Order: sequence, then structure tokens, then C-alpha cells
Amino acid sequence: MATALKLCILSEEALEGETDMTNQATDTDPLIIAGRVFSSRLIIGTGKYKDYAENAAAAEASGAEIVTVAVRRVNLSDPSAPMLVDYVSPEKYTFLPNTAGCFTGEDAVRTLRLAREAGGWSLVKLEVLGDEKTLYPNMPETLRAAELLINDGFEVMVYCSDDPIMARELEDIGCCAIMPLGAPIGSGLGIQNPVNIRLIVEQAKVPVLVDAGVGTASDAAVAMELGCDGVLMNTAIAEAKDPLQMARAMRHAVIAGRQAYLAGRMAKRLYADPSSPLAGLI
Amino acid sequence: MSKDMAGEMKSGEEAHKAMKITVNGEDRYFDAPLSIAGLLTSLGIAGGKVAIERNLEIVPKSAYDTIGLSDGDRIEIVHFIGGGA
Repeated sequence: MATALKLCILSEEALEGETDMTNQATDTDPLIIAGRVFSSRLIIGTGKYKDYAENAAAAEASGAEIVTVAVRRVNLSDPSAPMLVDYVSPEKYTFLPNTAGCFTGEDAVRTLRLAREAGGWSLVKLEVLGDEKTLYPNMPETLRAAELLINDGFEVMVYCSDDPIMARELEDIGCCAIMPLGAPIGSGLGIQNPVNIRLIVEQAKVPVLVDAGVGTASDAAVAMELGCDGVLMNTAIAEAKDPLQMARAMRHAVIAGRQAYLAGRMAKRLYADPSSPLAGLI
Repeated sequence: MSKDMAGEMKSGEEAHKAMKITVNGEDRYFDAPLSIAGLLTSLGIAGGKVAIERNLEIVPKSAYDTIGLSDGDRIEIVHFIGGGA
């Protein structure tokens, strides 16, 4: 286990350049998904907020450039109700339509085709759920839906189990990002599966983002220290007592975790090792 | 209003309006002819921010003016709302 968790040492290239720490983790180290370049490695959901205004403020505070959105029926009884796009602009953020709530491949494909028509975006997040209690993904349906979507011209980021074999299958059929859960959606339990996440990260040639389970800032940092390319979260920010403060915390945690990963952590020892030289001791 | 009265009004409306269209799961009655664009206008929905499915097939925005609705059509009108993982 120690070997599996031991973090990679960086290439010299990654250590060169900017001395400004924030810039090093962003400008010179972009997140690239399906050819699109992002400086933030934090993706946030837009559900569960008190209102769209708070949602917009949290998005701003988090520094996120991508937000996930859901596709739902227009409320016919109140068509003039506030709309998400009036607060969180698709001009400013990359909208990532997701299929949260879909339990079959057909529902997911239908939802994303509508999303593409509404927004004109082909980058999407596929999520096919298999169980209402755990919201665990149904992987056979996920694979089938991913294939349908890719054949239909979509660029598919995919919510998946933490099984490295499933992750590899999804990558092989052409998914542009692999998004395993760290713990059940909305649970806030933190990264319960660091070994599996690490195995997926080591084998993947496309970005790996932890998609669910983060509860607080240290969880996001753990995900990034494992070598993930990014983190997606919703509830951890939206259900914090102060969502804006938590959004800022998450922004820093993702940057800190990324930099710690790039820096390459020290080896763990069983016993103490003095930090001051022993030579010349009086 | 009692259920009976509502039922009577509905059947009265049905008698006058030629088409029953199911919009987002609700039965609505309209006079023919009616385009998708006309439907949106009568529902008070701006067309730019929505996507529309007619009998499970997506209607491209460019066809909103030209596609006419028929009795029994099932229409879904969706848009983006807040949502997470």
C-alpha cells in the first residue's frame, strides 16, 4: 500500500518557471480537457444553493471556470421565474451539462441531446445512476451510453466507479475525462478510496477528476495530492454554513494539493529524524 | 371550483379547440394551425434559452417557425437549471 500511495516525483519541467506559487499551479500548469484549456482545476456544481445569486457568488469565489448544470422541464406555470443563465453566465463559465438523475443510458443520451440543442455545447458530463440510496453509477449502462454519445459527436466526461478496469474501458472507448467518485454523491465523507483513485490516475492518459465525496478543504487537497487533475464538488460548498468562505477554501485547497503533488512529498519514516544538524551540539 | 366544474370547462374548451398537445406532461388545448414558435409565444416562454422535443425528436431552433403541431403531439420544453453531480 505504501508504494501505491507514494507520490510521483515531478519532472524538472514542472518545477521550473514561475516562483509565484499561484501562477505555477495555474498559468504554467493548465488543465486540458478535450483540447480546452482551463487554469482552474476546480469544477463546481450549481445545485442546492439558497438561490441563484448565492450560487453565482460562490462560483466567483471558487475561481472555477467550469460549472455543471442540469437539464429540466421549464415550469409552465411560471415561465418568467429566475433562470440560472441570468446569474451564472455561459459566456463567463463553461457550462457542463450533466445527466444527474438519469437511471438508464437512453435517458442520459436523450437529456444530453437536449442540452446540446439548448446550449450548443458538445462537452458533457455523463452520469448513469444505478441505485437511489447510494447514487452509485450503473457501469454497464454508463459504458453503453458513453459509446452512444461519443458516436454522436459528444465529448464525454464520465462519472464512474473507482474500478481501474472500468476506468480503462471508458478511456478506451474515447471518454475525454474519467471522473471516479471518492465517496457517494453528497455524502461529504472525503476520499474513501485513495488506493483506487491512485491506480486510476497512474494508468490514465486523459484527465482524472474526483467527482463526488469531498466534504471539506482537506478532502480536495487529498484528491489533488493523489495526482488527480481536478475535483468536482457541489454539496461541500452549497451546504457549508458559509458557502462563499468554503468556496474560497476549496479554491486554495485544490491549488495547494496540486502544488504538493507537483512538489513531490517527502518519504514517510517510522521514526523521528531531527531537522537541526547534530554536528556542533554543545 | 369543484372537480366536476373543472371537468366541464375542460370538455367545453376541448370542443372549441382543435388540438390537444401534451406539454411537459400537462394536457393543453390549442387552435390549429400552430407552430412551435407560436406555442412558445402562447406559453410565454423565450425560445432562445430552451430546447424542445416533439414526440421524442429534437426540434432544431431553426425549425421553430416551420414545424406545425398536430393533435396528440407530446412536447417537452427544457432548460438549464442548477445541478451538481
